[in-house]
Amino acid sequence: MRSDPRDYELVAPGNLQGVIALLASSPGEWLPIAGGTDVMVQYAAGKLSARKLVSIWNLSELRRIEVLPGEIRVGAGCTYSDIRKHEILSREFPMLACAARWTGGIANQNRGTLGGNIVNASPAADSLPALLAYDAELILVSARGERRLSYEGFHTNYKKTRIAPDELIQSVCLLRRFSEYIHYARKVGARNAQAISKVCIAALGRAPGRTVDDVRIALGSVAPVPLRLTETERLLNGKLIDEPLIGMAKKTAVAEVRPIDDIRSTAKYRGAVAANLVAEFLNLLIAGGTRG
Amino acid sequence: MISPTHSSCQSEISFRVNGEQRTVLAFPMERLLDVLRHQLGLTGAKEGCGEGECGSCVVSMNGALANSCLIPVLQAQGATILTIEGISVNKQWNALQQAFLECNGAQCGICTPGMILAASHLLREKPNPTLAEIQEGLSGNLCRCTGYLQIVEAVAKAGAQGETKSS
Repeated sequence: MRSDPRDYELVAPGNLQGVIALLASSPGEWLPIAGGTDVMVQYAAGKLSARKLVSIWNLSELRRIEVLPGEIRVGAGCTYSDIRKHEILSREFPMLACAARWTGGIANQNRGTLGGNIVNASPAADSLPALLAYDAELILVSARGERRLSYEGFHTNYKKTRIAPDELIQSVCLLRRFSEYIHYARKVGARNAQAISKVCIAALGRAPGRTVDDVRIALGSVAPVPLRLTETERLLNGKLIDEPLIGMAKKTAVAEVRPIDDIRSTAKYRGAVAANLVAEFLNLLIAGGTRG
Repeated sequence: MISPTHSSCQSEISFRVNGEQRTVLAFPMERLLDVLRHQLGLTGAKEGCGEGECGSCVVSMNGALANSCLIPVLQAQGATILTIEGISVNKQWNALQQAFLECNGAQCGICTPGMILAASHLLREKPNPTLAEIQEGLSGNLCRCTGYLQIVEAVAKAGAQGETKSS
């Protein structure tokens, strides 16, 4: 059943301070809405439980990309299009730009935001494995002040996060230390545009002389939360990549993921694809190329 | 200071549509799509899926393509909006529309306004797009009739003709 707009409040304070003050005045009562690519879908389906919404769309404080010497801070209100079009960000964090390119279509990329993707907390979100693999950090803001925390661990369970009811994500911080890495991102789905992934991967690493110096592997749609394959990484670090190691990495990856059967795919297929993606990444690593 | 500008009461919301300043009385969570169609009589934008998947409700808002079924009308306050009705020049089809006609790029017509707006944006950014660029530029617009080939052909034709100023 479609929702009736008369049942919903929507306010637009127009600046970050106003939004934060409103959230602080009655924590948990107001749902922030940015470009609406998730919230309005729930609304259209009559499944939006919040009745009071506060617009954070296009707030200038949340929609900037700051390039600092040590890190790039992407405002949580930046759209996928903003990310795609940013030259330095796309060059240094190609897996994020890649995920932005295959999220929705152009119209949704113009409205969907990085912060929205994080708080919506879908395990299938395309941009989140990239944030995990890049060791992103989040700056959260509220009337109580700011806090900075690691993105890893932000999702505590299916659709559950560490954000407090009076907080907003202000920015996503990406440390600029992966320029020497090989980046690999791939989405496996019915199609790139407008289709939710069956499995998606973001992985990066270095393997001079075929010996793994450092790898980071993150997957979407294989667990209740975006998943970092820490066991597989531990297996690989310091080792020479050869066929037996790739075989072991595939086995470890399959054991590590926790996929389910749903309308898009099956647990068995997802596990097999996850293993194959890890193998493809390792082959790329020894070939020394970049895919993304 | 908190100064919520709207609540669940109807309020006046103003924006420019197709070059004209318009003011509507609407609930802030009404969808821009419904306001355009029901209050302003601009029925070119269609409701296909109602969840941002099909692109038949696409409009241009502040120069960016957006699905109007996902925009609460309050967020259009002060915006500049272009719909399919505003894309023709002096009530004459522009070259892109003409190319759709010539290539049989429209059958039932539901997806056509969105296709043309998306194609128009694409040609503005990439005046002579490759096949892959056309496919990506239109990837958010679904067509259940044509099989896409005629649409892609129409966009390529308009591009080859140098049709970049389509609005």
